[in-house]
Amino acid sequence: MTAYLVRRLLHALVVVVGVTIITFLLEHLLPGTLARGILGPHSSTAQVAEFNRQNGLDHPLVVQYLIYVDHLVHGNLGRSFRLNESVDTVLAQDVPKDLVLVGPAFALSVLLAIPIGVLQATRRSKATDHVLTVLLFGFYATPSFAVGVLLLELFADKLNWLPAEAPQSTTVGGVLADPAGLVLPILTLTLLGIPLFSRYMRSSAIDTLAQDFVRTARAKGLPQRLVLLRHVLRNALLSVTTLVGMTLPGIFTAGLVVEYLFNYPGTGLAYYDAATGHDYALELGITLVVAVAVVAGNLMADLAYVGLDPRIRLAEPK
Amino acid sequence: MKSATGDAGEFLAELPDFGTIEVTTPVASLRGLSVRAFLANRLAIAGLTIVVAVVAFCFIGPLVHHTNQITTNLTQVTLPPSLHHLLGTDDEGYDVLGRLMVGGQNSLEIGFAVGLLAPLFGTIYGVVAGYTGGALDSLLMRLIDVVLAVPTLFFIIFIGSVFRPTLVVLILVISCLSWLSPARLVRAETLSLRRREFVQAATVMGGNTTHSIRRHLVPNTFGTIMVNASFQVADAILVVATLSFLGLGLPPPAATWGGMVAQGVTYAADGYWWMLWPPLVILVLVIVAFNLVGDALRDVLDPRLVSR
Repeated sequence: MTAYLVRRLLHALVVVVGVTIITFLLEHLLPGTLARGILGPHSSTAQVAEFNRQNGLDHPLVVQYLIYVDHLVHGNLGRSFRLNESVDTVLAQDVPKDLVLVGPAFALSVLLAIPIGVLQATRRSKATDHVLTVLLFGFYATPSFAVGVLLLELFADKLNWLPAEAPQSTTVGGVLADPAGLVLPILTLTLLGIPLFSRYMRSSAIDTLAQDFVRTARAKGLPQRLVLLRHVLRNALLSVTTLVGMTLPGIFTAGLVVEYLFNYPGTGLAYYDAATGHDYALELGITLVVAVAVVAGNLMADLAYVGLDPRIRLAEPK
Repeated sequence: MKSATGDAGEFLAELPDFGTIEVTTPVASLRGLSVRAFLANRLAIAGLTIVVAVVAFCFIGPLVHHTNQITTNLTQVTLPPSLHHLLGTDDEGYDVLGRLMVGGQNSLEIGFAVGLLAPLFGTIYGVVAGYTGGALDSLLMRLIDVVLAVPTLFFIIFIGSVFRPTLVVLILVISCLSWLSPARLVRAETLSLRRREFVQAATVMGGNTTHSIRRHLVPNTFGTIMVNASFQVADAILVVATLSFLGLGLPPPAATWGGMVAQGVTYAADGYWWMLWPPLVILVLVIVAFNLVGDALRDVLDPRLVSR
């Protein structure tokens, strides 16, 4: 178990280092330089050279990377030239707001997807299953922005029940003070999440239902309700842990679109602005934080899985 | 339908006995059986029909329905559906029905190209990693972990903000980020396949690595690849839609379904429903169709899931 833990942590570390290398290279090798972005398209070559010298951009790439890593290790993610703020500050402000948005949406979609998936599995290849499959595929197939806009159109424009814009406050407290503004973004994210999870739940429940222990449970006369509750649901919850790790990148992606759509000032919107404005430091910073979150999520999911599943926990590791 | 799948269960239960005597026959008939099981799946047939119909609509339609999709016509903007413009015109005076066809060509071309390129590259990568094993395998897989740790859209937005998007750029960028999952799947299958008796027998009989890979490993992972490819087509079309919404899609006068939906939603409050619903419906239909086909392929090719 300890050996597994150590190996898994090392693995996660390697991936994070890899992400810093790849994002760093991407930012520096692709056309569209920082200097031109800051100084404007009409800046002279001399100005560009001076800017590069001042900001250490005239060093060889390897040196620049090592300086970058050195800063990272000291908790310094760089400075956003466009916002004239340190990336740490921007992230400290935006990440908690993301959690307020993504956390409830994620929890809600998992809670709704589990019963849907199990229901589909028990009614497999019957009308209920087919109707739900097509319906959920429909949601999956609708571009995320269209789901958001249609909800906006209905609840904000036609019915006028909810505000069209997400809370604009810079602090989490301020965002939470305006819960009505959070409803539509969270609802959009939830609707986008359900088909992702329920599809997985369905196939996982089908696998479980085909297991011998389910047949045994049925053979000894256990009613369907208890079979589902005690055997199928328990195993389904097990796979939810894997799901959490697997879907994290997708959640950040959906978060980006929803933040853009509802003008919610989280990391997704900040990333979009940074990418289109050539704000390298902020782009790198957000990419790194997201990647670390994904790696950490996967790590925790794996560990939880090992902890929860006695077949894996008790097996002798190679 | 019931009897077809029932036969499959019995047949598969007897497979090992056949396998030791005659190798080729069961493989061939298993393939025939898969086709039959696929055809018995009504949702799969519906999906396939939709795909074929939409492809015909997009590529044959313009031969019948001639419209100008290059130059704007500002005297004819946002006209409601009429006999002259069956689905009305959009905010630049393009005929919406004609634009659905032209936009569909772009969307489908991107989808099919990614659905071909990504699994192709993924398969090569996965087979090499799985067959070689050891340090190279670890390195190749860590590389995948690294790229997977950054959400695809983040990469695409970044690259899209640097390069001016064209059809080829979009295809290449999306393919470059979509081969990861097929590579992982194929590697996992290769790992288990290369230890199987028939692959080892081929090696013992003097077949070299290339032979094993070409004749035994790749054909046996083909099912997985096909399933993945059908999902890739759908996902690529959706990614382009999201990019269009973010302003990073194909620039005008080129159109994609996603771009039309993105344009339609900006007029959602103005009541120009014919600008939003036709592209949205066709987009959703096609993506659902590809997913139904992929799901059916997976069910057919995974004997464990044959309904009992």
